[in-house]
Amino acid sequence: MAELETFREETRRWLQANAPASMYTPYKTQDELCWGGKKMQCPPDTKRWLEVMAERGWTAPTWPKEYGGGGLAKAEAKILAEEMGKLRLRPPLIGFGLSMIGPLLLQEGSEELRRAHVPAIAKGEIRWCQGYSEPGAGSDLASLQTKAIRDGDIFVVNGQKVWTSYGDKADWMFVLVRTDFEAKKQDGITFLLMDMTSPGVSVRPILLISGSSPFTETFLSDVRVPVRNVVGNVNAGWAMAKVLLGHERTMIADAFKERDDAKRLVSLAREYVGEADGCIADPLLRDAITQVAMDQACLDLTLERSRDNMKAGHKPGPETSIFKYYGTELNMRRRELMVSITGPQGLGWEGPGYDEDELKLTRDWLRSRGNSIEGGTSEVQLNIIAKRVLGLPD
Amino acid sequence: MDLVLSEEQELLARTVREFVNGRSSLKRVRRLRDRHDADGFSRELWREMAALGWLGIVVPEEYGGAGLGWLELMVVLEELGRGLMPEPMISTVLLGTSALLLGGTDAHKREHLPAVAGGERLLAVAYEEPRSRYDLNHVEARAEKSGSGWLLSGEKAHVLDGHVADWLIVSARTSGGPRAAGGITLFVLRADTPGVTIERQSRIDSRNAARVRLDDVRVGAETVLGTVDHGGALLARVLDRATIGLTAEMLGGMTAALEMTVEYLKTRVQFGVLIGTFQALKHRAAKMYIETELARSVVMGAHRALDEGRDDGTIARLASVAKARCADAFNLIAKEGVQMHGGIGMTDEHDIGLFLKRARVAEMTFGDAGHHRDRVARLEGY
Ligand SMILES: Cc1cc2nc3c(=O)[nH]c(=O)nc-3n(C[C@H](O)[C@H](O)[C@H](O)COP(=O)(O)OP(=O)(O)OC[C@H]3O[C@@H](n4cnc5c(N)ncnc54)[C@H](O)[C@@H]3O)c2cc1C
Repeated sequence: MAELETFREETRRWLQANAPASMYTPYKTQDELCWGGKKMQCPPDTKRWLEVMAERGWTAPTWPKEYGGGGLAKAEAKILAEEMGKLRLRPPLIGFGLSMIGPLLLQEGSEELRRAHVPAIAKGEIRWCQGYSEPGAGSDLASLQTKAIRDGDIFVVNGQKVWTSYGDKADWMFVLVRTDFEAKKQDGITFLLMDMTSPGVSVRPILLISGSSPFTETFLSDVRVPVRNVVGNVNAGWAMAKVLLGHERTMIADAFKERDDAKRLVSLAREYVGEADGCIADPLLRDAITQVAMDQACLDLTLERSRDNMKAGHKPGPETSIFKYYGTELNMRRRELMVSITGPQGLGWEGPGYDEDELKLTRDWLRSRGNSIEGGTSEVQLNIIAKRVLGLPD
Repeated sequence: MDLVLSEEQELLARTVREFVNGRSSLKRVRRLRDRHDADGFSRELWREMAALGWLGIVVPEEYGGAGLGWLELMVVLEELGRGLMPEPMISTVLLGTSALLLGGTDAHKREHLPAVAGGERLLAVAYEEPRSRYDLNHVEARAEKSGSGWLLSGEKAHVLDGHVADWLIVSARTSGGPRAAGGITLFVLRADTPGVTIERQSRIDSRNAARVRLDDVRVGAETVLGTVDHGGALLARVLDRATIGLTAEMLGGMTAALEMTVEYLKTRVQFGVLIGTFQALKHRAAKMYIETELARSVVMGAHRALDEGRDDGTIARLASVAKARCADAFNLIAKEGVQMHGGIGMTDEHDIGLFLKRARVAEMTFGDAGHHRDRVARLEGY
């Protein structure tokens, strides 16, 4: 116990000594954070923060030191997270490398793949994207058709992926391909790591209803991928895909942990709705704000409980579906509410009459409609809970 | 403190569950109701629970308790809640004990707590009035100075376990207008003090509640709990603790109601298939499950905060967050439970209806969800 307290002291002192001042300012969306990668463009402070944290391995606190992580025990990592939370420090690095493919490689990857990819993720050198969905395979992901034909120690990949988030910004893609065309659909899938600069890879941005274009269609034509880039075994990629989806769902819920959430809603309401007798003037909006803040508190405690359970040696299970379902539904409710609070000022698309924050709030609301679709739809999460947790029949 | 149960707490949960399953079926609960049992609970079981140490869990050892934590109490309350046990935990172990621990003098504690932990004394806290709704400060009952003591008069309602209590803790106004925050004082007196009339109420969940009339009840100065005129703040702290404990009971109730419903989805056949294959029902069942998980987290978080000795503001906020969540979740699960049982769910014979009734009463005990959201907003200053 005393050792942990010393660790807490030292950690706080180190953070205060090393974090650039601008890293204490709250961020409104994840776009303001550092995603790493070769095409990274970010302000000097953000870059500096990444470097000092990566140096300590604290971009990935619990990963082993030999793979660029911090080698912290879960209890220490919890303290680091708590201290960063208290100081309101931004995370130094986020992305699919840290949250999805890194954990999978550490869990299931060969030694060669780990050495090749994990340290580069922890340092923020390589940015990853996820090539799961296809035009004909969304919720029914296992029906994917992108094919990989073996040619010696090379797979030749042909097909199309879609909704590839940040496909144009990523350096590498983890991709699901079909390698057996006779087997049951789940049994013919292989999990590959693919360099996006390989000949035959092309991406085309897709414009969202929010006006931004964070993802792409990805076309793969005779792309040559070494067989050593298979994670797990050939034709056994479905199991890998599912482990990774578990990590993804937890990450999605975590991403919606917005600090000072109630405060932001309240200050918006004070500004746009006004007060009466010291209370927000519209009692329905006031109640909705409180509901969001309270639901968030319950979700935060649930995430904490799940982490403490894992620390106590319990395996993560289908509860990740709870986080995905509830975290996204809650975030969408929050975004809806922000537009309701802002009223007609929340309806601007661009141009005069609306300030920058208002325009952003509106577009964030539009973007949030995708939360219950990306990473497995809400309906799919409910199917998983009904089947795996409640044991309801097919 | 991590948000997981320790091995000892898990073991305690199993012990209580076995006790509930072995000694208190829902049949017993029905029997108490149908026979209009004079006590409304079993004194024999109460003595057994005392012997097992469950009534004095949070009472310090020097006052005859076990000196354990709120998480241990949570585990017990949750299991009792699964079985809808009507024994007087909320009145005696949560409300009464907390009032004495937070407001009592050493003499008060010595007088009452060992007897409470030993199962020999029941307490009831009479703070609600016929028109007070959820406002603790709405106190019309009066206490007038009389010699060295006080003269109490007024009317209290919805007093949990009022008609079986040996002692009452009563809120009365010693100064200020009928809704003023200051000027409230708590008194602890014998239930058979002359001038006290107790009339049993009958509510949908058939648990004990009573009206208490005070007609010029003469009590001594030593009956004041806490300080004169400052009983309102004390009462709020007492109710936060009782509210947190009640959410543990509600968690048990909603979990049991969900399990009962899921079981039915796996056995009832219509259109030649199990009704649990219908996605319209599956998704609703999954949402009910999510609600129980979120409820469990906040209920544990609130009990942990008490064990960690957090400040009153934090406790108040968590009590309200937990209560609002459990009120909504328990009601949802109970209502959906009835719906998914179809016609049989509407019959008195089926147990799911017992949970619906308890959910509604528990919701309004110590304030409903809307009340607690309003309170959180006030605590946060908006
Ligand atoms: C913003 C965003 C980012 C994304 N990023 C990525 C990415 O980086 N990489 C990637 O591979 N994919 C990504 N996706 C794709 C995402 O995973 C899919 O959109 C999602 O899995 C749903 O597939 P679909 O779009 O084909 O919809 P469909 O599967 O066609 O679903 C249509 C509707 O039918 C419902 N439905 C389908 N099956 C069932 C069922 N069995 N029971 C009940 N209802 C059902 C769905 O819930 C939905 O409401 C992203 C999507 C979005 C919106």
